[in-house]
Amino acid sequence: MSILGIGILTWITFLPILGMVVVLMLPKEQKETMKWVAAGATFLQLVIAAIIFLNFDKGMAGINSADGMQFVERASWIDVQGLSWFGRVHIEYFMGVDGLSVTMVLLTALISFVAVFASWNIEKALKGYMAMFLLLDTGMMGVFVALDFFLFYVFWEVMLLPMYFLIGVWGGPRREYAAIKFFLYTLLGSVLMLLAIIALYFSVTILDPATGEKMHTFNMLAMMDPANLEPDSLLAGVSTYWRYLAYIALFIGFAIKVPMFPFHTWLPDAHVEAPTAISVILAGVLLKMGTYGMLRINYAMFPDIANDTAWYLAIFAFINIVYGALCAMAQKDFKKLIAYSSVSHMGVVLLGMAALNTQGMMGAVFQMFNHGTITAMLFLIVGVIYDRAHTRDLDAFGGLAITMPKYTGIMTVAFFAALGLPGLSGFISEAFSFLGAFQTFRTITIASTLGIVLTAAYMLWTLQRVFLGQPNEKWKDMPDINFREAFMLVPLAIIVIFLGVYPSVILDLMTSSLNRLVEVVNTGAAMAIVP
Amino acid sequence: MFALFPYIVLFPLIGFAVLGLFGKKFKSEKLVGIIGSGTVGLSFLTAAAIFIHMLGLAPDQRKEIVELFTWISTFTGTSSSLSVSIAYQIDQLSILMVLVVTGVGFLIHVYSIGYMHGDPGFWKFFAYLNLFIFMMLNLVMGSNFLLMFLGWEGVGLCSYLLIGFWHERKFETGGYKPGTATTSDAAKKAFIVNRIGDFGFLIGMFLIFTKFGSLDFDTVFNRAAVLSVGGGVMFWITLLLFVGATGKSAQIPLFVWLPDAMAGPTPVSALIHAATMVTAGVYMVARCSVLFALSPETLQIVAIIGALTAIFAATMGLVQNDIKKVLAYSTVSQLGYMFMAMGVAAFTAGIFHLVTHAFFKALLFLGSGAVIHAMHEEQDIQKMGGLKAYMPTTYKTFLVGAIAIAGIFPFAGFFSKDEILWKAFSSDYGSVFLWLAGVLGAALTAFYMFRLVSLTFEGKERFDHKHVHPHEAPKTMTVPLMVLGALSVVGGFIGIPESLFVGNAIEHWLEPVFAKANDKLSIGYHSPSAMEYILMILSLGIAVGAIYAARTMYMKRTEIAEGLKSRFAGLHKLLWNKYYVDEAYDVSVVTPTVKLSESLLWKGVDVSIIDRLVNGSAKLINFLAGYVRRIQTGVAQMYAVVFVGGILVVIAWIVFR
Repeated sequence: MSILGIGILTWITFLPILGMVVVLMLPKEQKETMKWVAAGATFLQLVIAAIIFLNFDKGMAGINSADGMQFVERASWIDVQGLSWFGRVHIEYFMGVDGLSVTMVLLTALISFVAVFASWNIEKALKGYMAMFLLLDTGMMGVFVALDFFLFYVFWEVMLLPMYFLIGVWGGPRREYAAIKFFLYTLLGSVLMLLAIIALYFSVTILDPATGEKMHTFNMLAMMDPANLEPDSLLAGVSTYWRYLAYIALFIGFAIKVPMFPFHTWLPDAHVEAPTAISVILAGVLLKMGTYGMLRINYAMFPDIANDTAWYLAIFAFINIVYGALCAMAQKDFKKLIAYSSVSHMGVVLLGMAALNTQGMMGAVFQMFNHGTITAMLFLIVGVIYDRAHTRDLDAFGGLAITMPKYTGIMTVAFFAALGLPGLSGFISEAFSFLGAFQTFRTITIASTLGIVLTAAYMLWTLQRVFLGQPNEKWKDMPDINFREAFMLVPLAIIVIFLGVYPSVILDLMTSSLNRLVEVVNTGAAMAIVP
Repeated sequence: MFALFPYIVLFPLIGFAVLGLFGKKFKSEKLVGIIGSGTVGLSFLTAAAIFIHMLGLAPDQRKEIVELFTWISTFTGTSSSLSVSIAYQIDQLSILMVLVVTGVGFLIHVYSIGYMHGDPGFWKFFAYLNLFIFMMLNLVMGSNFLLMFLGWEGVGLCSYLLIGFWHERKFETGGYKPGTATTSDAAKKAFIVNRIGDFGFLIGMFLIFTKFGSLDFDTVFNRAAVLSVGGGVMFWITLLLFVGATGKSAQIPLFVWLPDAMAGPTPVSALIHAATMVTAGVYMVARCSVLFALSPETLQIVAIIGALTAIFAATMGLVQNDIKKVLAYSTVSQLGYMFMAMGVAAFTAGIFHLVTHAFFKALLFLGSGAVIHAMHEEQDIQKMGGLKAYMPTTYKTFLVGAIAIAGIFPFAGFFSKDEILWKAFSSDYGSVFLWLAGVLGAALTAFYMFRLVSLTFEGKERFDHKHVHPHEAPKTMTVPLMVLGALSVVGGFIGIPESLFVGNAIEHWLEPVFAKANDKLSIGYHSPSAMEYILMILSLGIAVGAIYAARTMYMKRTEIAEGLKSRFAGLHKLLWNKYYVDEAYDVSVVTPTVKLSESLLWKGVDVSIIDRLVNGSAKLINFLAGYVRRIQTGVAQMYAVVFVGGILVVIAWIVFR
């Protein structure tokens, strides 16, 4: 599918860049125009996401089959012949979506659009901000549609840079510390990932369809086929030392993004310092890149190791869930509390993944989507009162239910969705993650399910401290949410409720692909026998 | 006719949507009240029509499932596929529950029009009540565990919202943290304690799926029906489900939330915390009777917990002075009876008591609401007395409720309580001890109820006439009282025991529902029916005695009560402080969790260990870089020297390797 002769995935990925170019060309004073350009670009992106959603074929599995990918765009990007011992370097511009990535594409488009409006009140250097914001959008979208590992890596790094500046320049008082911390953590992950990519590159060979000669490739789908592994290469074999090493390197790279304990401490700092819109993006989309990478790359390329280490992953998932919830309970800063709740909720994704069965995986991927919408709401909610009161101290408020009833209504949906109330979207994904994991790891799952009690405890405690009781005299004239804020929050609330009642809309998109992924992970180990 | 029943669920949902979205704009309370109670009334009428239709059908045709749409499905192509539908089920048990929920619910809605008059959140209150009815109907009509769980947690949400409805008000928890708690504390506590139970329910559900490969009631129960009794898995499934029930139905050890839940407006206490929601656990056990029948050990546990709760709560009710708290402990205690019935496999008796209890306990709570209203929000019965002169209708109906709960022939409570006591005595799963516990609980119940009646309505007027002018409640409040009063008198006739020469209607009606469970249990009754009469008269005598004692102590010779209080001061203090259970939970669970999370995990692990490592490694690199930087001197000659040196080393290596 293409528009004006350009593939639809190219459009959805590079539309923000187009917007960025326009923003950069505008004179500095035209602040309103810049905002609307950004809004327009992300809106078009959302429209294209809707087109993708409507035209998506639910029966096609994707994952490791090129035929199963949809909206595929493929062209030779870099092709250097005979670079001495390095051989021929062939990098493709290879994009496509399947059931695993389509939900993330939808989420990215949605959250980016919402985040533009959350950026409306940025005063400082708006031009730079919007440019960085749109560049970030492209990076995120690219990660989810890239099927060439090199391309994937490029997008991965493209996203890192604007994020660093967005936190470091437009952040709160300790922004530089937070930005550097984020950068260092992520850079460590990137370096490890790069090493693993190189190892994979030199271990996998395919035949050039044109000439029939052997060549190395960055094609992710080729990397998933064990038959393409060179017999004597570094990563050949099953469950070998080097395969473990490469798996762990990739895994840490992604785990930092999730973030998985003990790589999570960048998250609270980054969130607290980042402006609202960036927190929304960070929690709503960025964290999912970690789990997405694990599923797309770790699971599909190293099914043997994924199988061997599932138990460890479940343990880490348990730590994330319970540890994150307990740390959230200890917070006095509203935003930090929500940040830690993300650690806990992303643990649910890890647990569902570790189950290695369809229920668990569907729970995990659906949780990625739901966490995106719910946490976006939560950060927007924090943003609303921070904008008005310039404090996030939980004990500084109270009784907002009386002064801001509309705001409280929306907040109730978000909070109860976050604590997994049935009828709202979060419940379904959590229940399925737990249900899937229960089949595989009984004790760990039971222990992890304790998280639902802890989550209820800290969520309701927060709700009580901020919204219930006697209104604080200091904020008794605080205005209720305005149109712009409602415009961001209400659609998200509707999505959260709708998907709680009728989740099939999203679940059906991923069924085929996740069944395939489960099959790959469970049988892949057996197939990967060296010829 | 059956095709109509999704509408039962739909009406309250419409009510909620309309009131929730536009309620604030409705200027007239009347309109809000009509929408709020009208939708529930429509549900009741629909349910009644279906019930009448069912009466005309053969017993095996009285069940129907209507599937609306697929809710969640994970199709894997293998046996592990799971598909859960939004599907409603009507059978003999469900329709009974629906009639109680919508019938009593409707009366309480009407009552609320009077009770909540003038409250700024009037529309919100009715929206929440409608949502509650909707969720409760999902709970009792859902045809699979997940939909039941939706209702289960949904009613918990409504309970939370309604307990904390006046969230800015202070609330006296009774001894514990005096003067500092607000109603929002009570609401939060209710939700979190329930969540602990839900944790059990959820794990139980996972086990059911693992064992039976489905979450549909029909599939699970049919597959369970062919299993033989016993087995560890069935024990765990049923025990975990029961953990869920102890949360929602306020049994030991999770009962602590219910007395605090009285912080909510009184109609809420009547509807949610007495008549309907708290009985959800009983309904759930009844619904899963075949699973429980497969695990006699769990049944034993259920019976013992039920009996213990019945006595334990009743003793706390003896000394409370808050009119609603007395009723709250009474509810906990009566729920204990229902679980005792479930535990001795007398499922019908349990459901029977659930129904009659809904009538008289709703009546008592609504009556207490009328009193509180008349006394200008005063709830302390020590500051009341002699109210029967001022509010005769409330007094009469309240008295009917008290007689009914005390188990006096032929009021509703007599038949249902007696049925439970008899089954506890005679069933293979019962024992003399359970019966004794039941009788003791009944005596305590009769006593504290008439203590309550005496202190509130009779004797000297102990309130301040200058500030308080008691008055009878308006029609919207007294009419529901009278209807419930009538039901509390005749409600027991649906279950007159066989031994009194009339067919036991409710037993026959529910027989098909419990057939599978009874097949597994093959219960025999080992006592002659002459025994039944003896026990019946015995328990009746004890109840009458307790009533007499209470009236004597609190009306005629109040010095006896004072004397007992000072003689057993330690015991009184223990009961007054509710056995210090709240304090014990606080010390053993709440405080350690909060402390652990703050000092050990966050400030300990995150800040002191991980961040120190991260910042340390950054500092280390910075430190090393300080040295490495010195190599880059910017002096070209120095670079040339190093360059030449390097070449020499390489040449040396090539030549001499």
